[in-house]
Amino acid sequence: MMASTSDTTGIRIGMWIFLYSEIILFGGLFVLYAVYLYEYSELFAQGGKELNRIIGSLNTVVLLASSCTVAASITAIQRGKKGQAMACLAVSIFCGLVFVVNKYFEWGAKIHHDIYPNSATLQDGEPGLNIFFGLYYVITGLHGLHVIIGMVLLTTSLVLVHRGRITASRYAVLENSGLYWHLVDLIWIFVFPLFYLVL
Amino acid sequence: MTTAQSYLEHSSPPGRRGWKAWLLTHDHKRLGLMYLWAILFWFVLAVLLGLLMRTELMGAGRTIMGAETYSSMFTLHGVIMIFFFGIPAIPAIFGNFFLPIQLGADDVFFPRLNLLSWYLFMFGGGFAIFSLFFGDGFPDTGWTFYVPFSISSAGNVSLTVTAAFILGMSSMLTGLNFVTTFHRLRHKGMGLMKIPLFTWSLYATAWVQILATPVIAITFVLVVLERLLAIGLFEPDRGGDPLLYQHLFWMYSHPAVYIIILPAMGVISEIIPVFSRKAIFGYKGIVYSSLAIAIAGSLVWAHHMYTSGMSDVSVFVFSLLTFLVAVPSAVKVFSWVSTMYRGSIAMSPPFFLSLCFIYLFTVGGLTGLVLGAAGTDIHVHDTHFVVAHFHFVMLGGTGFAFFAALHYWWPKMFGVLYRNRPAYVGAVAAAVGFVFHFVPMLILGMQGMPRRYYDYLPQYETGNFLAGFGAYLLVFGLLLMLLNLVLSLRGRRTAPANPWGGTTLEWTVPSPPPVENFTATPEIKDFPYDFSEIVANSKK
Repeated sequence: MMASTSDTTGIRIGMWIFLYSEIILFGGLFVLYAVYLYEYSELFAQGGKELNRIIGSLNTVVLLASSCTVAASITAIQRGKKGQAMACLAVSIFCGLVFVVNKYFEWGAKIHHDIYPNSATLQDGEPGLNIFFGLYYVITGLHGLHVIIGMVLLTTSLVLVHRGRITASRYAVLENSGLYWHLVDLIWIFVFPLFYLVL
Repeated sequence: MTTAQSYLEHSSPPGRRGWKAWLLTHDHKRLGLMYLWAILFWFVLAVLLGLLMRTELMGAGRTIMGAETYSSMFTLHGVIMIFFFGIPAIPAIFGNFFLPIQLGADDVFFPRLNLLSWYLFMFGGGFAIFSLFFGDGFPDTGWTFYVPFSISSAGNVSLTVTAAFILGMSSMLTGLNFVTTFHRLRHKGMGLMKIPLFTWSLYATAWVQILATPVIAITFVLVVLERLLAIGLFEPDRGGDPLLYQHLFWMYSHPAVYIIILPAMGVISEIIPVFSRKAIFGYKGIVYSSLAIAIAGSLVWAHHMYTSGMSDVSVFVFSLLTFLVAVPSAVKVFSWVSTMYRGSIAMSPPFFLSLCFIYLFTVGGLTGLVLGAAGTDIHVHDTHFVVAHFHFVMLGGTGFAFFAALHYWWPKMFGVLYRNRPAYVGAVAAAVGFVFHFVPMLILGMQGMPRRYYDYLPQYETGNFLAGFGAYLLVFGLLLMLLNLVLSLRGRRTAPANPWGGTTLEWTVPSPPPVENFTATPEIKDFPYDFSEIVANSKK
């Protein structure tokens, strides 16, 4: 992160604390999910069936793959293989892009069917469905925002590797961007079953 | 040691001149000063807003403002005092300045992140000012932004909430910085039980900031989203549950009052032993009670919601937990009092303000028990009693500790001594004014006067008049103390390195401290409050 010191353990502690705060941020939303799932379990099940499991699974695979390539890029830079590291990062960023594009089409289809916050269908329909899709948009939207931030971080790392600012002896920025990306992945691992699978 | 080496003369990183030396500084001490001026601006503004409110209430009916203006006034007073003064004041000013020095470090672990926190603070402040003059009028929801009113209110709630969100990030990053500094930059010879209590209290606070702030962040995001998109997550007719908002809000905002009070307790734990010339009583007890307050304080949020419609079991559990928090708080109060027992008291403005703190905070704590007990709370809920209790803890507690800290560390921060007499006069006026101001409010609350009303029945007039009178005395005292401090900057009387006879590391370096804090490797004592040397020197 932003330290002038060479104490990588300290830099890592700072990053982990930050990631922890991100988990709490999503935790607030998961609390809402838990309470409303208890209150409207049947309507949540009904809403969950309207989500496309294939796109959801595809996005899960894409994110998991990108986490793998991010981890690989760190190993590559540790071994001094700059080209490999850049290639791995490029693949990760591409995967992130695929995820966002998929999400765009998924949201687009929902909005096309008049399912979005404050739409007539949701307003006049069952309150439980409105809550389900409200949470769906808020949680996947906030997660999507994090995917985009993660892509910006990975792109920054890519540029820094290219310029030789991230090297085998100094790669804290890359490592922390990677940690952030894993967090984005981890949150999705919870979001995916909650909306697409368990219902 | 000459003052030429001081951080006020030399920039960090070196070579920066003019405004760049300040606005791009990495020096935790300069950032502490920059926070000081920004936070004092907000404090004085909110004090004046409060004074206007009390003036309005001095007579029944409309006195100087209408009901809507009054609603905006108490909202702004609350938002500023909580988010712009209470939460950042002691950690961002004195924590930034003294935590690294007390740990024997030359800066915080992430100096540039520290600068970013300051910019976030200023940016959030700019946002808040912006929200006043643009949009559909002042926010009028109270600082709690309760739904559904905060969603339907015509006032400019979205921008104010966003400002609070940005300030939350600033506060959380400061906490992150402190925790990392505490673990990684502490002097090698300083074991955990050799750390000064102020730094310990900041450490406990930092964890609460990190743990709790994201919850308010997501809650505020949801309020803004509700206003923009009308999702309905908190609206009953669309399936939402407003009670959930209250849970999320207090999950942060109750720990937030511990973010506000814990550093204040740390300040008092520094000042009491120095002016008693005696080691602090129960050092470990105070350390563990800070951590206990941080943990237990995070588990009591729903005691704000006894009348909101929770189950009886919840009410019982949260009431019990609330009573548990009183135990570590009392441990601290008894430790301070025991420290003074048979000590060699040297009266000074910071010590006097600390005594006021102990007295006022104790009243605040005891009235807190009245509110924590579910039965009595039903009677006084949402009355002036709550307002008075809260101000006893926040202003009588943290406010007086803030002024104590100002008077204690001012000579170190600026290298000048202030005049004692105006400081004493101001402190006495503030303390007496405080009692006149808030004791009538306790009684008014018992009699049933609700909070946040701009008008009242005739039987409440005497109490409100007295409270208003007290407010003027209180504000006079506070402003006199500030004025006295600012006037001392003319630098007539330079301060020695250790004007009070303190034993923690900041008193071993020159006043004001040099850029990298220590010119030689600091010597770490076995116990931070060992006064044997100070006492021996004073007998010579």
